[in-house]
Amino acid sequence: MLTALDKKLLQEVADLHGEPPGAFNIRKDGKGIERRSLDGIEINPKKDQPGIDVIVAPGKEGTVHIPVILTETDLSDLVYNKIEIGEGANITLVAGCGIHNPGQGKAQHDGVHEIIVRKGARLVYTEKHFGEGEEGGKRVLNPKTVLLVEEGAYAELELVQIRGVDETFRVTEAEVMAGGRLVMYERLLTDKEQTAESDVLVKLMAEESTARIVSRSVAQGSSSQKFYPRLLAYGPGRGHVECDSIIMDQATVRSVPEIWAENSEAELVHEAAIGKIAGEQLIKLMSLGLTEEEAEEAIISGFLK
Amino acid sequence: MLSLENISLELEVEERKVPILNDINLIFEAGKMYALTGPNGSGKSSVARVAMGIYKQTAGQVFYNGEDISGLGITERARKGIGYAFQHPARFKGMPVKDMLELAFKHSDGYNCQVLRDIGLCPDDYLERTLDNSLSGGEIKRIEIATLLALNPKVRIYDEPEAGIDLWSFEQLIDVIGNSHREDTTTVVISHQEKILNMVDEIVLIENGTVSMRGSRDEIWPRIKESAECSCRRSCRLEEDIYADCPR
Ligand SMILES: Nc1ncnc2c1ncn2[C@@H]1O[C@H](COP(=O)(O)OP(=O)(O)O)[C@@H](O)[C@H]1O
Ligand SMILES: [Mg+2]
Repeated sequence: MLTALDKKLLQEVADLHGEPPGAFNIRKDGKGIERRSLDGIEINPKKDQPGIDVIVAPGKEGTVHIPVILTETDLSDLVYNKIEIGEGANITLVAGCGIHNPGQGKAQHDGVHEIIVRKGARLVYTEKHFGEGEEGGKRVLNPKTVLLVEEGAYAELELVQIRGVDETFRVTEAEVMAGGRLVMYERLLTDKEQTAESDVLVKLMAEESTARIVSRSVAQGSSSQKFYPRLLAYGPGRGHVECDSIIMDQATVRSVPEIWAENSEAELVHEAAIGKIAGEQLIKLMSLGLTEEEAEEAIISGFLK
Repeated sequence: MLSLENISLELEVEERKVPILNDINLIFEAGKMYALTGPNGSGKSSVARVAMGIYKQTAGQVFYNGEDISGLGITERARKGIGYAFQHPARFKGMPVKDMLELAFKHSDGYNCQVLRDIGLCPDDYLERTLDNSLSGGEIKRIEIATLLALNPKVRIYDEPEAGIDLWSFEQLIDVIGNSHREDTTTVVISHQEKILNMVDEIVLIENGTVSMRGSRDEIWPRIKESAECSCRRSCRLEEDIYADCPR
């Protein structure tokens, strides 16, 4: 059923070798092609629109894979997924999208994820983007994630896109209720003429709501990146935004973190930095026998780890 | 054998050429240990940086085993066997200690845990730590030395290895530097520490960008003792009695 190319894409975005363990849904070229629900982890196609509902029962532990792959050119795929993690459950969810565009046209995937992490539950969510294909073909990914972290719940988002995607516009919105914790790691590398924009709005709704946003990026070639991480505290929440970019060649990076408090007990911090690779770092690695190019690569791959 | 012949160095500071080193002549032989000492800002690190190829000398030549390596870059010199543990090691966001050691081991062989133990760091605690600001000055300094040990070069230059290291680890550090020295290695330690000056074959005193004296510990120590001790008193007058062996 899955071709060698499919398997390669699945490996890139979901680290899958063969059939996923646990519950899964694989979507290829606009259609769900394989799916497995488990007791307590239901995956069902939506009736009225493209996409799936992933419903995890309270207290359930496990892993869910819901990768998307595109292997055709001139294809525009739009999905709406709803993910609900029941109270006290503990779930690792691997999403992600891999595009192999074989032609000169555009291959585009727009995913809307609505994620609810119920009281006391824990979710680790990773979403990796990968693109490859013919010179001239465009690969476009526009994910939107709307997240609700309920009282005492924990959500960790890891969003990774390293090369290969020509255009991306990512929107992430989260509400964190009392005692809820959100950690978001973003890793991005753009090259050539690629563009990437990431808009993040995290709302700390009540006391002891906390959030940490860590964004690391590398911009090479003539690519451009924009970051708009915003952190808003309605109550006595605590939050930290950190944007750190390495800029190279003719690239452009704009980083506009915003912190916004509506309560005098809120504590919000933002840090943003853009800079080239430090000369002293290159020199150190070259003194270990690496060439300048090897040193650069080692620094970048560490930075994006 | 590494030798610097008639080395002068000027660096550009705010569009002005500033003389840093002036006609330095030094020979570092295989199998011997050397100390470079002298006041802050006298040019010790600059000598090391010229040897490593980080600074390009304005005049003079650098020879390694008879070969003129003046024109070689840092990478080539490293591959020939010259190694340098920096005075102020760079920090790397995201890079684990393990990866740094692996890069160092790539051109040699060995086991990456032992070098950390040698320097008093428990591998379980440190291999996954990242080389960023979460490490203290002393920790980053020790990892820098461990990296040089991992690289295991023929010529090893340690730039103020004792900085930020507490007294107990200092003893261990001296042992490591001494034990890793072999018949075919050249060890150069930039230091003010009497104990280090005591263990080397030759001390080189650098002042104002030139070699002002070179000789045995007994010849040099009387000359620098005063300034070393004087600054020691100033920096830790209150603890003088507690720390008889006060690090400068
Ligand atoms: N990259 C540099 N740019 C400007 N000045 C430098 C640079 N490196 C060293 N210097 C200057 O050269 C002199 C010698 O420095 P250094 O070799 O670091 O001395 P030491 O190691 O003996 O303390 C100092 O005055 C220092 O400020
Ligand atoms: Mg120095």
